[in-house]
Amino acid sequence: MQLTSFLQDGKLTVALTGEIDHHCAKAYIQAIEGKIEAYTPHTCVLDFSEVTFMDSSGIAVVINALRSITRIGGRLILSALNEQPKKVFKSSGMDKIVDIQEEIYEV
Amino acid sequence: MKFENYMTIEFPSKSSNEAFARAAVAGFAAQMDPTLEELGDIRTAVSEAVTNCIVHAYPDCIGTITLRCKILKNKTLDITIKDKGVGIEDVDLARRPMYTTGGTDRSGMGFTIMESFMTSIVVKSSKGNGTVVRMRRKLQGCK
Ligand SMILES: Nc1ncnc2c1ncn2[C@@H]1O[C@H](COP(=O)(O)OP(=O)(O)O)[C@@H](O)[C@H]1O
Ligand SMILES: [Mg+2]
Repeated sequence: MQLTSFLQDGKLTVALTGEIDHHCAKAYIQAIEGKIEAYTPHTCVLDFSEVTFMDSSGIAVVINALRSITRIGGRLILSALNEQPKKVFKSSGMDKIVDIQEEIYEV
Repeated sequence: MKFENYMTIEFPSKSSNEAFARAAVAGFAAQMDPTLEELGDIRTAVSEAVTNCIVHAYPDCIGTITLRCKILKNKTLDITIKDKGVGIEDVDLARRPMYTTGGTDRSGMGFTIMESFMTSIVVKSSKGNGTVVRMRRKLQGCK
């Protein structure tokens, strides 16, 4: 698991990388939850541009992030999804629960 | 001859083998000239089935997973993933979207994804006797 993040004007951007599967999902879930709790952002953007593969473990990562951000009244955005992750989200109906944006979210 | 080619691998139920299993199947399927999307679908379905063996079939121990791939006539890939773990009591229930016996790091969408990404899937299981998941995918250009 490799993750970078930055905070700007109360907006937290977390960039995920590589392949997301069960092997690394728990580490992602804990890291994202920790950052949301530490920074209490109004918006959390999960940047998927460097994610080359994910299975349903990635859905659990997003659901847990959504739970953390909703708890503090914030909003979750998924951005820059490659085709394979996008297909996994769509086939599970996740695109109806979270905002999916094509490009990196600009202020 | 009913098949064009086949391979079988066996590995322990360690989570580091999830990436290995999908890479092995993708490498084998490459000779069928799949599109990028087809390869992505196959890798996803394999990842789901193998992860289920690791997480659910052998919850407290390391067991053996057998993965078999066959290239059938008419551009069809046949994949069987087998474990000798705890088994599933009610397969229809287990296959429902969002049904999971796992924790918060599971979404319950594994079977739903296998069903929508593959042409067909058959699950055979009973409590205490392990599970066999057999999936087929017809590739572009099949008749
Ligand atoms: N190989 C297996 N051995 C035992 N139980 C399994 C197996 N595969 C799936 N299951 C059961 O079916 C349920 C649904 O599986 P799935 O749709 O992949 O969702 P998830 O893995 O997120 O729980 C699992 O929670 C588990 O109870
Ligand atoms: Mg699963």
